Amino acid sequence: MTNTDPIRFAHRHLLDIARLSVTDINQILDLAESYAETSRSADKKQSLLHGRTQINLFYENSTRTRTSFELAGMRLGADVINMSVGSSSVKKGETLIDTAMTLNAMHPDVLVIRHPDSGAPHLLAQKVDCAVINGGDGSHEHPTQALLDALTIRRRKGRLQGLIVAICGDIQHSRVARSNIALLNIMGARVRVVGPTTLIPSHAAKMGVEVYHKMSEGLKDADIVMMLRLQTERMQGSFVPSVREYFHFFGLDKEKLSVARPDALIMHPGPMNRGVEIDSEIADDLIISAISEQVEMGVAVRMACLDLLTRGDA
Amino acid sequence: MAAPVHALINARLLDPATSTDIRGGLLIEKGKILDWGSHITKDALPDGATVEDCGGNYLAPGLVDAHAYLCEPGKEHRETMATAGMAAAAGGVTTINAFPATEPVIDDPALVELVARRAKTTCAVNVCITGALTKGLLGEEMAEFGLLSEAGVVAVSDGQFAIANINLMRRALAYASMFDLPVIVHAEDPALAAGGVITGGRTATFMGLKSIPSCAEAILVERDIRLVKMTGARWHAAHLSTRDALDTMRRAKNDGLKVTAGTAPHYHALNDLELGEYRTFARVSPPLREEEERLAVIEAIKDGTIDIISSQHLPQSADSKRVPFAQAKPGVIGLETMLPVSLRLYHNGDVDLLRLLYTMTVAPAKLLGLNAGALRKGAKADIFLFDTERPWQVDGDLLKSKSKNTAFDGHLLQGRVLKTFVRGTAVFEL
Repeated sequence: MTNTDPIRFAHRHLLDIARLSVTDINQILDLAESYAETSRSADKKQSLLHGRTQINLFYENSTRTRTSFELAGMRLGADVINMSVGSSSVKKGETLIDTAMTLNAMHPDVLVIRHPDSGAPHLLAQKVDCAVINGGDGSHEHPTQALLDALTIRRRKGRLQGLIVAICGDIQHSRVARSNIALLNIMGARVRVVGPTTLIPSHAAKMGVEVYHKMSEGLKDADIVMMLRLQTERMQGSFVPSVREYFHFFGLDKEKLSVARPDALIMHPGPMNRGVEIDSEIADDLIISAISEQVEMGVAVRMACLDLLTRGDA
Repeated sequence: MAAPVHALINARLLDPATSTDIRGGLLIEKGKILDWGSHITKDALPDGATVEDCGGNYLAPGLVDAHAYLCEPGKEHRETMATAGMAAAAGGVTTINAFPATEPVIDDPALVELVARRAKTTCAVNVCITGALTKGLLGEEMAEFGLLSEAGVVAVSDGQFAIANINLMRRALAYASMFDLPVIVHAEDPALAAGGVITGGRTATFMGLKSIPSCAEAILVERDIRLVKMTGARWHAAHLSTRDALDTMRRAKNDGLKVTAGTAPHYHALNDLELGEYRTFARVSPPLREEEERLAVIEAIKDGTIDIISSQHLPQSADSKRVPFAQAKPGVIGLETMLPVSLRLYHNGDVDLLRLLYTMTVAPAKLLGLNAGALRKGAKADIFLFDTERPWQVDGDLLKSKSKNTAFDGHLLQGRVLKTFVRGTAVFEL
């Protein structure tokens, strides 16, 4: 494929969804749609990013997101380097800015960063000369996750506008939730958050969502049910009393799902805690569960992001 | 054939729910109140009714004791559901809210069902259950409020323990609000109270006992009220006993927060002078206060800052009281003496009778979400007959509780319960 006059992307970095427009999001999703086809063909390799260097800088453990970014870069022909905390100088006490300056001196074209602190990618973006993609920062945003979720929904439902989307679980600590809320609001969906009072930020309504504390109310007539992962350390009496109580009130099972629309789609960013936030019967139901498709769209969306962010500086 | 009707006539009917104080009678059918009012006289009774003349004494809805320790399961040497039930009946109490400081602690939904079943079969009066606020009452992890609530608990509380960890308290309040469960707290800062056995002041100074500053109460109330403001939880201070804490409560109520306060008879009737001669039987937690604090408690009952008077019935074996003061366990029994001791407020002209009864009927029923504490047609006939004037002297050994740790042994009281009915059946008669 030769794209002689590619349309430029309006942003230098992909740091958060909040600053994207409807046009930006559609541009990414449309391009990702074509990459989804490429990924399904036998010859997946392209040479669009031949000669470009992509560094994945992961300050948190990650398997699926890192692999997804790595595959996306490789399928576009880039040279991909993974740096994870365990094997880097970070362990020796180097600051984020020093690491950034060091990497910058190697002239990468794209830096993908995941960091436990909200705002770390923004700091990095100020210090390097290349494009920065936020691969998840603290409890702030995980923009490519929201984009892949949007692509999955669009493919299944044909649209985003007007859909009722219920995001369920630990909203407070979830970067996935924040990115999805931002994206869905921009695209005109109706967003609800459902979870215990202890896991929903006190000013959640100010994010433009409807807040529910009962699944029976929050899931009513929902087109999309997005389950979030509940971290184990939050389950033992500090935020919720126990796993069994959490599952009883907020775990997704057939009964709780019965109030949603009959064609409701179930999503989960993974990795799942079966029996904590989701029942296996639902997670494994290929008709209602889009969980595998989300992973597939992840690669396509990341290919689109890498493509768009490297345009213009060839 | 119609069920037999039992008629209580020639009574003075007191209904704090409707502020009614009239002469008349009450009809009981199938354990429920069929009718009541001034039109029920001996000349206008249904055919075949059995008749009981109340001799002009007061007939009121059975008392709801919002705070008692029944010790079963696990501490049956101190009290059982059966003995507590007899004590309650003798005190006009027809519903007891049982606290979770049992062995094991009531922090598991399965245990709620067990205790409820046990109460039904062995206790003469109704028992509702307060579940644990934290697992094992350890103040570390919040208990399963949701499952406990579904199992039937009416509130959550750690009883005699305050939550030291403010973040835990914040989350517990937020979480409890989701189930509309009241959180009942022991309002005493645990760090300030640690090791203390008497309220700070003149008496403590002379007696040489480690004291708890009275501000320990106000500090915790201030702290929690700020959390209530943030979380919107229902919060109840089990027993306030100091002027500063009551002032804080007054302000919070004026601000429209969903907060309520209780106290116990010993805080309006006794002060720290009671502890002279190192009387361990008057050791309670929080400790008896100085006289000016006691007067502030009465003032707060009068103006409604204190909503509820509960017994804080806490049986302790004689062994745990017959030890040097600092080693003695805190707590007094109170089911049987709650009303007679509180009637002092009426006799002294501090609080009128309907208002006084309100604090032991309507107010606790409202806090705990119970259909009780009022004379209501069709409701269970949980009622009692009492005489406000009859004098008697408390003899600890004659009280019906298994443990005899009363703070009022030898006290002369005026006013006594004559007869108590639960679901229309007499469970106590003097």
